[in-house]
Amino acid sequence: MMTRGAGTFLPVLTIVAAIIAIWYGSAIALNAQFEWDQAERIGKETSWTQVIPATMAQERPVLPAPHQVAQEIWKTTGAMIQRGRPFSKRSLIYHAWITLSATLLGFAMGTALGITLAVGIVHSKVLDKSMMPWIITSQTIPILAIAPMIIVVLSAMGISGLFPKALISTYLSFFPVAVGMVKGLRSPDAMHLDLMKTYNASRNETLLKLRFPASLPFLFTSMKVAIAASLVGAIVGELPTGAVAGLGARLLAGSYYGQTIQIWSALFVAALMAGLLVALIGWIGQIINRRLGAREVLS
Amino acid sequence: MSGTTILIGTLLFWIAAWITNNRLSKLEPRQKSAKLAINLIIPFLFGAALIALWEGITRGFEVPSVLLPPPSMIWERITNSVPILWADFQQTYLKAVLAGYVLGCGSGFLIAILVDRSPFFKAGLMPIGNLVSALPIIGIAPIMVMWFGFDWQSKAAVVVVMTFFPMLVNTVAGLSVANSMERDLMRTYASDYWQSLFKLRLPAAMPFIFNALKINSTLALIGAIVAEFFGTPIVGMGFRISTEVGRLNVDMVWAEIFVAALAGSLSYGALSLLERSVTFWHPSNRR
Repeated sequence: MMTRGAGTFLPVLTIVAAIIAIWYGSAIALNAQFEWDQAERIGKETSWTQVIPATMAQERPVLPAPHQVAQEIWKTTGAMIQRGRPFSKRSLIYHAWITLSATLLGFAMGTALGITLAVGIVHSKVLDKSMMPWIITSQTIPILAIAPMIIVVLSAMGISGLFPKALISTYLSFFPVAVGMVKGLRSPDAMHLDLMKTYNASRNETLLKLRFPASLPFLFTSMKVAIAASLVGAIVGELPTGAVAGLGARLLAGSYYGQTIQIWSALFVAALMAGLLVALIGWIGQIINRRLGAREVLS
Repeated sequence: MSGTTILIGTLLFWIAAWITNNRLSKLEPRQKSAKLAINLIIPFLFGAALIALWEGITRGFEVPSVLLPPPSMIWERITNSVPILWADFQQTYLKAVLAGYVLGCGSGFLIAILVDRSPFFKAGLMPIGNLVSALPIIGIAPIMVMWFGFDWQSKAAVVVVMTFFPMLVNTVAGLSVANSMERDLMRTYASDYWQSLFKLRLPAAMPFIFNALKINSTLALIGAIVAEFFGTPIVGMGFRISTEVGRLNVDMVWAEIFVAALAGSLSYGALSLLERSVTFWHPSNRR
């Protein structure tokens, strides 16, 4: 892996600046046509000096300029807090919270399921041989495709709201945890396992005192993947609910009404959330690993 | 048959399969072929038991088919609607997924080789690439539908963006696998940049590249299907799923999922076979 720090700061900054520059360029290129057409329709002479600023301030641009997205995000988050209504339905904080709660619930269930499966697989040869192939196959199934069905069917049964979305997140997040934990629980080498045997340790003791601590670095690496997957599951789970609440619903509503700025701002908040969640898990993992004196493990 | 007999039969089958699997997993035959056969039979039996359990529970407890149709009903629907399924498969898989997959993986690969030449770009792009790989990129689907229209081109565009970053990150990581000793050896052979790229570094990067190809094969199918939820002509797997859910034809939805699962597993399997023949030298493939 790359060492993070001063060495990468300047290059990253350069690339980010380049991306923003390209973005402004594309915004001008993509939105200009509309302005030319508009000017032609009312028979007005116009020039690039007038068109370029206009492309930055359209109401429904093909590609909104970065500052438009930033303004929209501020309008729906920071400004809402200033007005004392952070949880109004027009605030992105409210929608982000809806998505976040489904993500976290799904992630918790997925992680628990993944760890349970991994413990079973490590301890039972039958489970290992019969389930491992199916766990892998289960991931080649585009599960997100049945997200709408899970939502609709469960709501027909009277279960709606948080739980169905969390279920989709669970399905997406259990896999990385299960695979990573199997690897982690098997990571203690034969010497350590033999030592536990000479201590006359039972299977449970070996699991708790040797296998589990040894698997923690693997667990956190796979939990980073799992929480990102879990967020995707929650967002897609919000699509078929008919655009009620949540970041996915904002995306869908934006696409129905052609509100590009709204789509982009929801997208950026989702991205920010994913980044923060992954960073948070990485940070907790680092602290715990350091406490345990584990060396950095690359999976 | 009445509900209880079906339930009891299913339960017996489940127990029998479990006992057989228990026995089978304790066997340790000498011959390689017998070992392989056992390793195939066990998951197969497990899968068969799962399907039998599903069938037994749905029929035994008379679960309404809107909730969960039994496998036999789904299979009937599959055999009855092959033309529709094929048309959807063509639209979603053969057009959107394949085009997007080839373009996304191809461009990710080429950009990775370009980026690899400049340490500055590499240092700047890699953290961003890693970050973007974790983002819910699927969210750009509505934007792509707006830009490229309702037909398969917009779905392919989503797939391109989704597959690009995993390929980029993995290829760049793979290209740095060959160590300095091996590179020095290539230099003593007086090989130029391209020779050492094609004969040393790319082959060494292949496990990483195939890893990305496998991840992307699932991502691509998901991307194309979910993008169809945002607007599509009246054909396609995602379209069919969202409309049939609305009409509560759940067996049709499961039929589409079966097709998607089959396509997903087959492409994954094909990639694994290809990987094994390309990276035959890798420790995980040597016996």
